[in-house]
Amino acid sequence: MVGLVIISHSRALAEGVAEVARAMGVGKIVVEPAGGALDGGLGTSIDAAEDAVRRADGGDGVLLLADIGSSVLTAKMLIEDAEGEQLLLADAPLVEGAVAAASMAAAGADLPAVHAAAESAREHRKT
Amino acid sequence: MGEHLDARGAAAWIRHAAELVTADAGRLTRLDAAIGDGDHGHNLDRGFTAAVAALPDEAELAGTRPGKVLIAAGRAIVSKTGGASGPLYGTALRRAGKAFGDASEADAAAVGEALKAALDGIQELGQANEGDKTMIDALAPAAAAYRDALASGAGLAACARAAADAAEAGADATVPMQARKGRASYLGPRSTGHLDPGAASTALVLRALADVTGRE
Repeated sequence: MVGLVIISHSRALAEGVAEVARAMGVGKIVVEPAGGALDGGLGTSIDAAEDAVRRADGGDGVLLLADIGSSVLTAKMLIEDAEGEQLLLADAPLVEGAVAAASMAAAGADLPAVHAAAESAREHRKT
Repeated sequence: MGEHLDARGAAAWIRHAAELVTADAGRLTRLDAAIGDGDHGHNLDRGFTAAVAALPDEAELAGTRPGKVLIAAGRAIVSKTGGASGPLYGTALRRAGKAFGDASEADAAAVGEALKAALDGIQELGQANEGDKTMIDALAPAAAAYRDALASGAGLAACARAAADAAEAGADATVPMQARKGRASYLGPRSTGHLDPGAASTALVLRALADVTGRE
């Protein structure tokens, strides 16, 4: 099953999005938060994100969701360093993308399908 | 330092860049407070301090390569900086280090290639172009000035000086620009009238290269 990692500037935000996504994954999928700097304050930590990817990886690949700025750059660096391992970043809004990805992953879809589901969340208009 | 950058020279560059960043951290943070999230100087100071701590010691430097020194420094910066400048500077240094390959010393042409590789890496990662009010606005003219100086027959020190001068002019030219990348881009026209902190710190790092290569 595809795992998810939520990279955010805020530990609380990453944990909150992970909590919502886990509920949508009906307890079947692993969603790991990687939020905040290593000292617990706001920021991003590539080391924490790397650990989260390791925990989320059940062998079927991991989808990354990132909030803004350095979270996105951190995700891109992880992918560059992964060199061919199954790791993708979704170009998607954080909460909507995580919910869509978790739903698709829980249905047993592969990484490209989970990635596409996350990105389709961009089209879900609210007004 | 002569016309080559060896491992000791690369380490001296990182050390001097860290000194300049530390000395200017307050100004960088103030610039960032105007249009960003007000942490650039502090973050980069922490990143470069970590890079210095990751440098091989004097004995080890004799047996290693400049490329390896830059890659190790880049890795430390990525892991300790904490903001967008971590991945960006880390990528720049790692790409520059990879461009040096396994050479025991880099000549003026190789340093020019490394600057271009760093620029390409940052553009790939951040998707910014010249005129977006980012560090690219310092690094792109620096790489171009370096290349032109090299083509006119200048040596390493003179090329690095041309690059540093162009980076400083490029950073100053960000003042009237409207940001199209990063936190400042949310401000729209309100981002004009401020010097971009990433361009300012890029100019410091290139000045450090000019200073180090210009030492006798």
